[in-house]
Amino acid sequence: MELILDGIRTAIALIFSLDREVLAITLLSLRVSSCATLASLLIGVPAGVFLALSNFPGRRLVVSLVNTGMGLPPVVVGLFVTIFLWRNGPLGFLEILYTPSAMILAQSVIATPLVTGITIAAIQNLPANLKLQVRALGATRLQTVWILVRESRLPLLAAVMAGFGGVISEVGASIMVGGNIKGQTRVLTTATVMETGQGNFDKAIALSLILLLLAFAVNYLLTVIQQRERPR
Amino acid sequence: MSNATPLLHIEGLKIRRGGVQVLDLPRFSLSAEEKVAVIGPNGAGKSSLLLGLACLIGRDCGRVIFQGSEVTPREETAFRRSIAMVFQEPLLFDTTVLDNVAEGMRIRGKGRSESRELAMESLELFRIGHLARRSAHKISGGEAQRVSLARAFAVRPKLILMDEPFSSLDLPTRIVLAEDLGRILHESGTAALIATHDRIEALRVVDRLVVMDGGVVVQEGTPKEVMEQPVNAFVAAFRRTTGTVAG
Repeated sequence: MELILDGIRTAIALIFSLDREVLAITLLSLRVSSCATLASLLIGVPAGVFLALSNFPGRRLVVSLVNTGMGLPPVVVGLFVTIFLWRNGPLGFLEILYTPSAMILAQSVIATPLVTGITIAAIQNLPANLKLQVRALGATRLQTVWILVRESRLPLLAAVMAGFGGVISEVGASIMVGGNIKGQTRVLTTATVMETGQGNFDKAIALSLILLLLAFAVNYLLTVIQQRERPR
Repeated sequence: MSNATPLLHIEGLKIRRGGVQVLDLPRFSLSAEEKVAVIGPNGAGKSSLLLGLACLIGRDCGRVIFQGSEVTPREETAFRRSIAMVFQEPLLFDTTVLDNVAEGMRIRGKGRSESRELAMESLELFRIGHLARRSAHKISGGEAQRVSLARAFAVRPKLILMDEPFSSLDLPTRIVLAEDLGRILHESGTAALIATHDRIEALRVVDRLVVMDGGVVVQEGTPKEVMEQPVNAFVAAFRRTTGTVAG
Protein backbone atom coordinates (compact mmCIF):
# COMPACT_ATOMS: atom_id res chain seq x y z
CA MET A 1 0.00 0.00 0.00
CA GLU A 2 2.88 2.31 0.93
CA LEU A 3 4.39 1.59 -2.48
CA ILE A 4 1.22 2.65 -4.28
CA LEU A 5 0.83 5.81 -2.21
CA ASP A 6 4.47 6.68 -2.89
CA GLY A 7 3.82 6.12 -6.58
CA ILE A 8 0.81 8.43 -6.55
CA ARG A 9 2.79 11.10 -4.68
CA THR A 10 5.64 10.80 -7.18
CA ALA A 11 3.18 10.95 -10.08
CA ILE A 12 1.62 14.15 -8.76
CA ALA A 13 5.06 15.63 -8.22
CA LEU A 14 6.19 14.63 -11.73
CA ILE A 15 3.04 15.98 -13.35
CA PHE A 16 3.00 19.30 -11.52
CA SER A 17 6.76 19.88 -11.70
CA LEU A 18 6.53 19.36 -15.47
CA ASP A 19 9.47 16.97 -15.36
CA ARG A 20 11.20 17.37 -18.71
CA GLU A 21 11.79 13.66 -19.33
CA VAL A 22 8.25 12.65 -18.34
CA LEU A 23 6.80 15.45 -20.45
CA ALA A 24 8.85 14.33 -23.48
CA ILE A 25 7.78 10.70 -22.96
CA THR A 26 4.12 11.72 -22.61
CA LEU A 27 4.17 13.94 -25.69
CA LEU A 28 5.88 11.23 -27.74
CA SER A 29 3.27 8.68 -26.60
CA LEU A 30 0.51 11.06 -27.60
CA ARG A 31 2.13 11.88 -30.96
CA VAL A 32 2.86 8.24 -31.90
CA SER A 33 -0.56 6.94 -30.87
CA SER A 34 -2.46 9.87 -32.43
CA CYS A 35 -0.62 9.47 -35.74
CA ALA A 36 -1.23 5.70 -35.67
CA THR A 37 -4.94 6.23 -34.90
CA LEU A 38 -5.21 8.78 -37.72
CA ALA A 39 -3.49 6.42 -40.15
CA SER A 40 -5.76 3.56 -39.08
CA LEU A 41 -8.81 5.77 -39.64
CA LEU A 42 -7.60 6.80 -43.10
CA ILE A 43 -7.17 3.15 -44.05
CA GLY A 44 -9.77 1.42 -41.84
CA VAL A 45 -12.83 3.58 -42.52
CA PRO A 46 -12.70 3.34 -46.34
CA ALA A 47 -11.81 -0.36 -46.10
CA GLY A 48 -14.69 -0.98 -43.68
CA VAL A 49 -17.15 0.95 -45.85
CA PHE A 50 -16.01 -1.00 -48.92
CA LEU A 51 -16.37 -4.35 -47.16
CA ALA A 52 -19.77 -3.40 -45.73
CA LEU A 53 -21.22 -2.25 -49.04
CA SER A 54 -19.59 -4.57 -51.56
CA ASN A 55 -20.26 -8.13 -52.54
CA PHE A 56 -17.43 -10.13 -54.07
CA PRO A 57 -16.24 -13.75 -53.91
CA GLY A 58 -14.17 -14.22 -50.76
CA ARG A 59 -15.72 -11.25 -48.95
CA ARG A 60 -16.63 -13.39 -45.93
CA LEU A 61 -13.06 -14.64 -45.69
CA VAL A 62 -11.73 -11.07 -45.77
CA VAL A 63 -14.23 -9.96 -43.09
CA SER A 64 -13.22 -12.98 -40.96
CA LEU A 65 -9.56 -11.98 -41.33
CA VAL A 66 -10.40 -8.42 -40.27
CA ASN A 67 -12.30 -9.73 -37.25
CA THR A 68 -9.35 -11.94 -36.35
CA GLY A 69 -7.06 -8.93 -36.78
CA MET A 70 -9.09 -7.06 -34.14
CA GLY A 71 -7.36 -9.26 -31.58
CA LEU A 72 -3.84 -9.21 -33.06
CA PRO A 73 -1.24 -9.73 -30.31
CA PRO A 74 1.03 -6.63 -30.31
CA VAL A 75 4.17 -8.75 -29.92
CA VAL A 76 3.32 -10.65 -33.11
CA VAL A 77 2.81 -7.33 -34.91
CA GLY A 78 6.10 -6.11 -33.42
CA LEU A 79 7.91 -9.21 -34.62
CA PHE A 80 6.70 -8.96 -38.21
CA VAL A 81 7.13 -5.20 -38.47
CA THR A 82 10.70 -5.65 -37.16
CA ILE A 83 11.38 -8.33 -39.78
CA PHE A 84 9.95 -6.11 -42.53
CA LEU A 85 11.98 -3.09 -41.41
CA TRP A 86 15.19 -5.04 -40.69
CA ARG A 87 18.18 -4.00 -42.79
CA ASN A 88 17.65 -6.91 -45.22
CA GLY A 89 13.84 -6.88 -44.93
CA PRO A 90 11.41 -5.86 -47.68
CA LEU A 91 11.08 -2.36 -46.16
CA GLY A 92 14.65 -2.15 -44.87
CA PHE A 93 15.46 0.62 -47.35
CA LEU A 94 13.22 2.95 -45.33
CA GLU A 95 15.74 2.81 -42.45
CA ILE A 96 13.12 3.62 -39.84
CA LEU A 97 13.61 0.73 -37.40
CA TYR A 98 14.02 2.04 -33.82
CA THR A 99 12.43 5.37 -34.70
CA PRO A 100 8.99 6.81 -33.83
CA SER A 101 7.99 6.18 -37.48
CA ALA A 102 8.42 2.43 -36.96
CA MET A 103 6.29 2.66 -33.81
CA ILE A 104 3.58 4.53 -35.73
CA LEU A 105 3.68 1.84 -38.42
CA ALA A 106 3.39 -1.00 -35.89
CA GLN A 107 0.61 0.72 -33.95
CA SER A 108 -1.26 1.42 -37.21
CA VAL A 109 -1.13 -2.30 -38.01
CA ILE A 110 -2.69 -3.00 -34.59
CA ALA A 111 -5.39 -0.31 -34.84
CA THR A 112 -6.44 -0.68 -38.48
CA PRO A 113 -8.34 -3.99 -38.10
CA LEU A 114 -10.12 -2.55 -35.04
CA VAL A 115 -11.26 0.50 -36.99
CA THR A 116 -12.14 -1.58 -40.07
CA GLY A 117 -14.16 -4.11 -38.08
CA ILE A 118 -16.12 -1.47 -36.16
CA THR A 119 -16.76 0.45 -39.41
CA ILE A 120 -18.15 -2.69 -41.08
CA ALA A 121 -20.49 -3.25 -38.12
CA ALA A 122 -21.52 0.43 -38.03
CA ILE A 123 -22.43 0.57 -41.73
CA GLN A 124 -24.18 -2.80 -41.67
CA ASN A 125 -26.28 -1.72 -38.68
CA LEU A 126 -27.85 1.14 -40.65
CA PRO A 127 -31.46 0.47 -41.78
CA ALA A 128 -31.44 -1.95 -44.72
CA ASN A 129 -33.17 0.44 -47.12
CA LEU A 130 -31.22 3.58 -46.16
CA LYS A 131 -28.69 3.07 -48.95
CA LEU A 132 -31.54 2.70 -51.46
CA GLN A 133 -33.20 5.84 -50.08
CA VAL A 134 -29.98 7.84 -50.46
CA ARG A 135 -29.51 6.63 -54.02
CA ALA A 136 -33.20 7.32 -54.74
CA LEU A 137 -32.54 10.93 -53.70
CA GLY A 138 -30.18 11.12 -56.67
CA ALA A 139 -26.88 10.64 -54.85
CA THR A 140 -23.81 9.51 -56.77
CA ARG A 141 -21.82 6.56 -55.41
CA LEU A 142 -19.43 8.91 -53.61
CA GLN A 143 -22.27 10.98 -52.13
CA THR A 144 -23.96 7.75 -51.00
CA VAL A 145 -20.82 6.59 -49.20
CA TRP A 146 -20.36 10.01 -47.58
CA ILE A 147 -23.96 10.12 -46.30
CA LEU A 148 -23.78 6.55 -44.96
CA VAL A 149 -20.52 7.35 -43.13
CA ARG A 150 -22.11 10.52 -41.76
CA GLU A 151 -25.07 8.47 -40.51
CA SER A 152 -22.64 6.08 -38.79
CA ARG A 153 -20.67 8.83 -37.08
CA LEU A 154 -21.57 7.81 -33.52
CA PRO A 155 -20.42 4.19 -33.84
CA LEU A 156 -17.40 5.46 -35.79
CA LEU A 157 -16.39 7.52 -32.76
CA ALA A 158 -16.30 4.19 -30.93
CA ALA A 159 -13.87 3.04 -33.61
CA VAL A 160 -11.63 6.03 -32.85
CA MET A 161 -11.79 5.24 -29.12
CA ALA A 162 -11.06 1.55 -29.68
CA GLY A 163 -8.19 2.35 -32.05
CA PHE A 164 -6.59 4.93 -29.77
CA GLY A 165 -7.18 2.83 -26.66
CA GLY A 166 -5.63 -0.18 -28.37
CA VAL A 167 -2.41 1.56 -29.34
CA ILE A 168 -1.77 3.96 -26.44
CA SER A 169 -1.78 0.99 -24.07
CA GLU A 170 0.23 -1.54 -26.10
CA VAL A 171 3.83 -2.21 -25.20
CA GLY A 172 5.01 -5.29 -27.09
CA ALA A 173 5.20 -3.78 -30.56
CA SER A 174 6.53 -0.41 -29.39
CA ILE A 175 9.41 -1.95 -27.47
CA MET A 176 10.32 -4.30 -30.34
CA VAL A 177 10.29 -1.75 -33.18
CA GLY A 178 11.18 1.31 -31.12
CA GLY A 179 13.77 -0.13 -28.77
CA ASN A 180 12.84 2.16 -25.85
CA ILE A 181 15.69 4.55 -26.64
CA LYS A 182 15.86 7.42 -24.16
CA GLY A 183 14.89 10.72 -25.72
CA GLN A 184 13.98 9.07 -29.03
CA THR A 185 11.54 6.19 -28.81
CA ARG A 186 10.73 5.93 -25.11
CA VAL A 187 6.98 6.13 -24.57
CA LEU A 188 4.85 5.74 -21.43
CA THR A 189 4.32 1.98 -21.78
CA THR A 190 7.93 1.09 -22.59
CA ALA A 191 9.20 3.43 -19.85
CA THR A 192 6.82 1.77 -17.35
CA VAL A 193 8.16 -1.68 -18.27
CA MET A 194 11.75 -0.45 -17.88
CA GLU A 195 11.19 1.25 -14.52
CA THR A 196 9.37 -1.84 -13.21
CA GLY A 197 12.27 -4.03 -14.35
CA GLN A 198 14.69 -1.79 -12.50
CA GLY A 199 12.59 -1.91 -9.32
CA ASN A 200 11.66 1.80 -9.50
CA PHE A 201 8.04 1.07 -8.65
CA ASP A 202 7.19 4.63 -7.63
CA LYS A 203 8.25 5.98 -11.02
CA ALA A 204 6.55 3.06 -12.80
CA ILE A 205 3.30 3.80 -10.95
CA ALA A 206 3.65 7.48 -11.76
CA LEU A 207 4.10 6.74 -15.47
CA SER A 208 1.18 4.31 -15.54
CA LEU A 209 -1.05 6.87 -13.81
CA ILE A 210 -0.15 9.44 -16.46
CA LEU A 211 -0.93 6.82 -19.12
CA LEU A 212 -4.32 6.14 -17.53
CA LEU A 213 -5.07 9.86 -17.26
CA LEU A 214 -4.13 10.38 -20.89
CA ALA A 215 -6.29 7.49 -22.09
CA PHE A 216 -9.15 8.71 -19.91
CA ALA A 217 -8.87 12.33 -21.11
CA VAL A 218 -8.98 11.35 -24.79
CA ASN A 219 -11.82 8.88 -24.31
CA TYR A 220 -13.75 11.34 -22.13
CA LEU A 221 -13.53 13.97 -24.87
CA LEU A 222 -14.75 11.52 -27.50
CA THR A 223 -17.50 10.23 -25.21
CA VAL A 224 -18.75 13.78 -24.60
CA ILE A 225 -18.98 14.34 -28.36
CA GLN A 226 -20.67 10.96 -28.86
CA GLN A 227 -23.24 11.42 -26.10
CA ARG A 228 -24.04 15.00 -27.14
CA GLU A 229 -24.90 13.72 -30.63
CA ARG A 230 -26.88 10.72 -29.38
CA PRO A 231 -30.61 10.91 -30.22
CA ARG A 232 -32.65 11.02 -27.00
CA MET B 1 -54.32 8.31 -71.19
CA SER B 2 -53.29 10.98 -73.71
CA ASN B 3 -51.71 10.20 -77.08
CA ALA B 4 -48.68 12.36 -76.30
CA THR B 5 -45.32 10.73 -75.43
CA PRO B 6 -45.78 9.08 -72.05
CA LEU B 7 -43.74 10.38 -69.15
CA LEU B 8 -42.54 6.88 -68.47
CA HIS B 9 -42.57 3.82 -70.65
CA ILE B 10 -41.30 0.36 -69.80
CA GLU B 11 -40.63 -2.44 -72.26
CA GLY B 12 -39.79 -6.06 -71.51
CA LEU B 13 -38.71 -5.47 -67.93
CA LYS B 14 -37.67 -8.70 -66.20
CA ILE B 15 -36.15 -8.91 -62.73
CA ARG B 16 -34.80 -11.91 -60.83
CA ARG B 17 -34.04 -11.83 -57.12
CA GLY B 18 -32.38 -14.77 -55.40
CA GLY B 19 -32.69 -16.84 -58.58
CA VAL B 20 -36.47 -16.36 -58.79
CA GLN B 21 -38.20 -14.24 -61.40
CA VAL B 22 -40.11 -11.61 -59.45
CA LEU B 23 -41.16 -9.32 -62.28
CA ASP B 24 -42.12 -9.80 -65.90
CA LEU B 25 -43.57 -6.64 -67.37
CA PRO B 26 -43.81 -6.65 -71.19
CA ARG B 27 -45.18 -3.10 -71.40
CA PHE B 28 -46.20 -0.35 -69.01
CA SER B 29 -46.76 3.38 -69.48
CA LEU B 30 -47.50 6.33 -67.29
CA SER B 31 -48.60 9.75 -68.55
CA ALA B 32 -47.50 13.07 -67.12
CA GLU B 33 -49.57 13.94 -64.04
CA GLU B 34 -51.17 10.48 -63.99
CA LYS B 35 -51.61 8.78 -60.61
CA VAL B 36 -51.47 4.98 -60.65
CA ALA B 37 -51.77 2.51 -57.79
CA VAL B 38 -50.22 -0.94 -58.02
CA ILE B 39 -52.08 -3.39 -55.82
CA GLY B 40 -51.54 -7.06 -55.14
CA PRO B 41 -50.75 -9.55 -52.41
CA ASN B 42 -47.35 -9.88 -50.75
CA GLY B 43 -44.78 -11.13 -53.25
CA ALA B 44 -46.80 -9.84 -56.22
CA GLY B 45 -43.79 -7.88 -57.47
CA LYS B 46 -44.97 -4.36 -56.51
CA SER B 47 -41.76 -3.35 -54.71
CA SER B 48 -39.59 -4.95 -57.39
CA LEU B 49 -41.43 -2.91 -60.02
CA LEU B 50 -40.72 0.34 -58.18
CA LEU B 51 -37.10 -0.51 -57.37
CA GLY B 52 -36.44 -1.76 -60.89
CA LEU B 53 -38.06 1.28 -62.39
CA ALA B 54 -35.89 3.58 -60.27
CA CYS B 55 -32.84 1.54 -61.37
CA LEU B 56 -32.13 0.71 -57.73
CA ILE B 57 -31.92 -3.04 -58.37
CA GLY B 58 -30.41 -4.82 -61.34
CA ARG B 59 -32.70 -5.91 -64.15
CA ASP B 60 -32.18 -8.93 -66.36
CA CYS B 61 -33.51 -7.17 -69.41
CA GLY B 62 -35.87 -4.42 -70.46
CA ARG B 63 -35.88 -0.75 -71.22
CA VAL B 64 -36.97 2.19 -69.10
CA ILE B 65 -37.84 5.19 -71.27
CA PHE B 66 -38.34 8.49 -69.47
CA GLN B 67 -39.61 11.55 -71.32
CA GLY B 68 -38.85 9.84 -74.62
CA SER B 69 -35.22 8.93 -73.82
CA GLU B 70 -33.95 5.54 -72.74
CA VAL B 71 -32.36 5.49 -69.29
CA THR B 72 -28.92 3.94 -69.89
CA PRO B 73 -26.68 2.85 -66.99
CA ARG B 74 -24.68 6.09 -67.33
CA GLU B 75 -27.83 8.18 -67.01
CA GLU B 76 -29.35 6.40 -64.04
CA THR B 77 -28.27 9.02 -61.48
CA ALA B 78 -29.55 11.87 -63.68
CA PHE B 79 -32.83 9.96 -64.11
CA ARG B 80 -33.17 9.48 -60.33
CA ARG B 81 -32.70 13.24 -59.94
CA SER B 82 -35.87 13.75 -62.03
CA ILE B 83 -37.94 11.47 -59.85
CA ALA B 84 -38.34 10.75 -56.12
CA MET B 85 -39.09 7.69 -54.06
CA VAL B 86 -40.76 7.18 -50.70
CA PHE B 87 -40.33 3.91 -48.82
CA GLN B 88 -42.50 2.15 -46.28
CA GLU B 89 -40.23 3.36 -43.45
CA PRO B 90 -39.50 7.10 -43.37
CA LEU B 91 -35.69 6.44 -43.40
CA LEU B 92 -34.84 9.89 -42.07
CA PHE B 93 -31.28 11.02 -41.49
CA ASP B 94 -29.87 11.73 -38.04
CA THR B 95 -30.23 15.50 -38.27
CA THR B 96 -32.98 18.11 -38.11
CA VAL B 97 -36.24 17.76 -40.01
CA LEU B 98 -35.30 20.78 -42.17
CA ASP B 99 -31.91 19.34 -43.16
CA ASN B 100 -33.55 16.00 -43.96
CA VAL B 101 -35.87 17.69 -46.42
CA ALA B 102 -33.02 19.82 -47.81
CA GLU B 103 -30.79 16.77 -48.45
CA GLY B 104 -32.12 16.07 -51.97
CA MET B 105 -31.29 19.63 -53.05
CA ARG B 106 -27.85 19.47 -51.37
CA ILE B 107 -27.18 16.26 -53.34
CA ARG B 108 -28.10 18.17 -56.51
CA GLY B 109 -25.47 20.79 -55.68
CA LYS B 110 -27.75 23.57 -54.45
CA GLY B 111 -26.44 25.92 -51.75
CA ARG B 112 -27.38 25.48 -48.10
CA SER B 113 -29.66 28.51 -47.80
CA GLU B 114 -31.48 27.88 -51.10
CA SER B 115 -31.92 24.21 -50.15
CA ARG B 116 -33.34 25.14 -46.77
CA GLU B 117 -35.69 27.67 -48.30
CA LEU B 118 -37.10 25.07 -50.71
CA ALA B 119 -37.22 22.51 -47.89
CA MET B 120 -39.23 24.91 -45.75
CA GLU B 121 -41.74 25.39 -48.58
CA SER B 122 -42.16 21.64 -48.85
CA LEU B 123 -42.60 21.28 -45.09
CA GLU B 124 -45.31 23.95 -45.17
CA LEU B 125 -47.00 22.07 -48.01
CA PHE B 126 -47.35 19.10 -45.68
CA ARG B 127 -48.31 21.36 -42.75
CA ILE B 128 -45.25 20.47 -40.67
CA GLY B 129 -43.25 23.69 -40.90
CA HIS B 130 -43.30 23.89 -37.11
CA LEU B 131 -41.15 20.71 -36.94
CA ALA B 132 -38.29 22.19 -38.99
CA ARG B 133 -35.80 22.58 -36.13
CA ARG B 134 -36.68 19.33 -34.38
CA SER B 135 -34.45 16.26 -34.51
CA ALA B 136 -35.86 13.85 -37.10
CA HIS B 137 -35.50 11.05 -34.55
CA LYS B 138 -37.73 12.77 -32.01
CA ILE B 139 -40.97 13.01 -33.98
CA SER B 140 -43.93 10.64 -34.24
CA GLY B 141 -44.35 7.98 -36.95
CA GLY B 142 -47.00 10.01 -38.77
CA GLU B 143 -44.86 13.15 -38.65
CA ALA B 144 -41.83 11.18 -39.85
CA GLN B 145 -43.75 9.89 -42.88
CA ARG B 146 -44.86 13.47 -43.66
CA VAL B 147 -41.20 14.53 -43.50
CA SER B 148 -40.31 11.68 -45.86
CA LEU B 149 -43.00 12.85 -48.31
CA ALA B 150 -41.89 16.47 -47.94
CA ARG B 151 -38.30 15.39 -48.73
CA ALA B 152 -39.51 13.65 -51.89
CA PHE B 153 -41.63 16.61 -53.06
CA ALA B 154 -38.94 19.19 -52.21
CA VAL B 155 -36.89 18.23 -55.28
CA ARG B 156 -39.89 18.99 -57.52
CA PRO B 157 -39.92 15.50 -59.11
CA LYS B 158 -41.75 14.81 -62.34
CA LEU B 159 -42.65 11.36 -61.00
CA ILE B 160 -42.89 10.09 -57.45
CA LEU B 161 -42.69 6.40 -56.59
CA MET B 162 -44.18 5.30 -53.27
CA ASP B 163 -43.75 1.84 -51.80
CA GLU B 164 -46.49 1.22 -49.22
CA PRO B 165 -45.98 4.72 -47.80
CA PHE B 166 -48.69 4.55 -45.14
CA SER B 167 -48.63 0.90 -44.14
CA SER B 168 -46.94 1.53 -40.80
CA LEU B 169 -49.42 4.24 -39.74
CA ASP B 170 -52.66 3.94 -37.82
CA LEU B 171 -55.98 4.36 -39.67
CA PRO B 172 -56.87 7.97 -38.69
CA THR B 173 -53.33 9.15 -39.55
CA ARG B 174 -53.50 7.24 -42.84
CA ILE B 175 -56.80 8.84 -43.86
CA VAL B 176 -55.63 12.39 -43.16
CA LEU B 177 -52.26 11.83 -44.85
CA ALA B 178 -53.87 10.19 -47.92
CA GLU B 179 -56.15 13.21 -48.32
CA ASP B 180 -53.23 15.62 -48.02
CA LEU B 181 -51.18 13.56 -50.45
CA GLY B 182 -54.03 13.43 -52.98
CA ARG B 183 -54.42 17.22 -52.77
CA ILE B 184 -50.70 17.90 -53.14
CA LEU B 185 -50.31 15.45 -56.04
CA HIS B 186 -53.14 17.10 -57.93
CA GLU B 187 -52.06 20.65 -57.16
CA SER B 188 -48.43 20.01 -58.10
CA GLY B 189 -49.29 17.95 -61.18
CA THR B 190 -46.77 15.30 -60.16
CA ALA B 191 -47.21 11.84 -61.66
CA ALA B 192 -47.27 9.05 -59.07
CA LEU B 193 -46.90 5.31 -58.93
CA ILE B 194 -48.00 3.93 -55.57
CA ALA B 195 -47.53 0.33 -54.51
CA THR B 196 -50.06 -0.41 -51.84
CA HIS B 197 -52.22 -2.84 -49.94
CA ASP B 198 -54.36 -0.01 -48.75
CA ARG B 199 -57.67 0.87 -50.35
CA ILE B 200 -57.52 4.36 -48.80
CA GLU B 201 -54.33 5.19 -50.68
CA ALA B 202 -55.44 3.35 -53.79
CA LEU B 203 -58.87 4.84 -54.19
CA ARG B 204 -58.56 8.36 -52.82
CA VAL B 205 -55.49 9.31 -54.78
CA VAL B 206 -55.29 7.53 -58.13
CA ASP B 207 -56.70 7.59 -61.67
CA ARG B 208 -55.76 4.00 -62.55
CA LEU B 209 -55.31 0.70 -60.75
CA VAL B 210 -52.84 -1.98 -61.79
CA VAL B 211 -53.31 -5.40 -60.21
CA MET B 212 -50.20 -7.57 -59.95
CA ASP B 213 -49.79 -11.19 -58.94
CA GLY B 214 -46.78 -13.49 -59.27
CA GLY B 215 -44.70 -10.71 -60.84
CA VAL B 216 -47.10 -10.02 -63.73
CA VAL B 217 -49.91 -7.54 -64.32
CA VAL B 218 -53.22 -9.42 -64.17
CA GLN B 219 -55.64 -6.52 -64.46
CA GLU B 220 -55.56 -2.81 -65.25
CA GLY B 221 -58.18 -0.08 -65.43
CA THR B 222 -59.90 2.72 -63.56
CA PRO B 223 -60.62 1.93 -59.91
CA LYS B 224 -64.28 1.46 -60.82
CA GLU B 225 -63.54 -0.97 -63.68
CA VAL B 226 -61.19 -3.05 -61.56
CA MET B 227 -63.53 -3.16 -58.60
CA GLU B 228 -66.52 -4.15 -60.73
CA GLN B 229 -64.74 -7.08 -62.36
CA PRO B 230 -62.25 -8.46 -59.88
CA VAL B 231 -59.80 -10.76 -61.58
CA ASN B 232 -58.66 -12.68 -58.53
CA ALA B 233 -59.38 -13.31 -54.86
CA PHE B 234 -57.12 -10.47 -53.78
CA VAL B 235 -59.06 -7.89 -55.79
CA ALA B 236 -62.36 -9.38 -54.63
CA ALA B 237 -61.25 -9.06 -51.01
CA PHE B 238 -59.99 -5.57 -51.74
CA ARG B 239 -63.44 -4.68 -53.13
CA ARG B 240 -65.27 -6.16 -50.14
CA THR B 241 -63.35 -3.89 -47.78
CA THR B 242 -63.83 -0.90 -50.05
CA GLY B 243 -67.52 -0.02 -49.89
CA THR B 244 -68.20 2.75 -52.40
CA VAL B 245 -65.77 3.09 -55.23
CA ALA B 246 -64.45 6.31 -56.59
CA GLY B 247 -63.83 6.60 -60.15
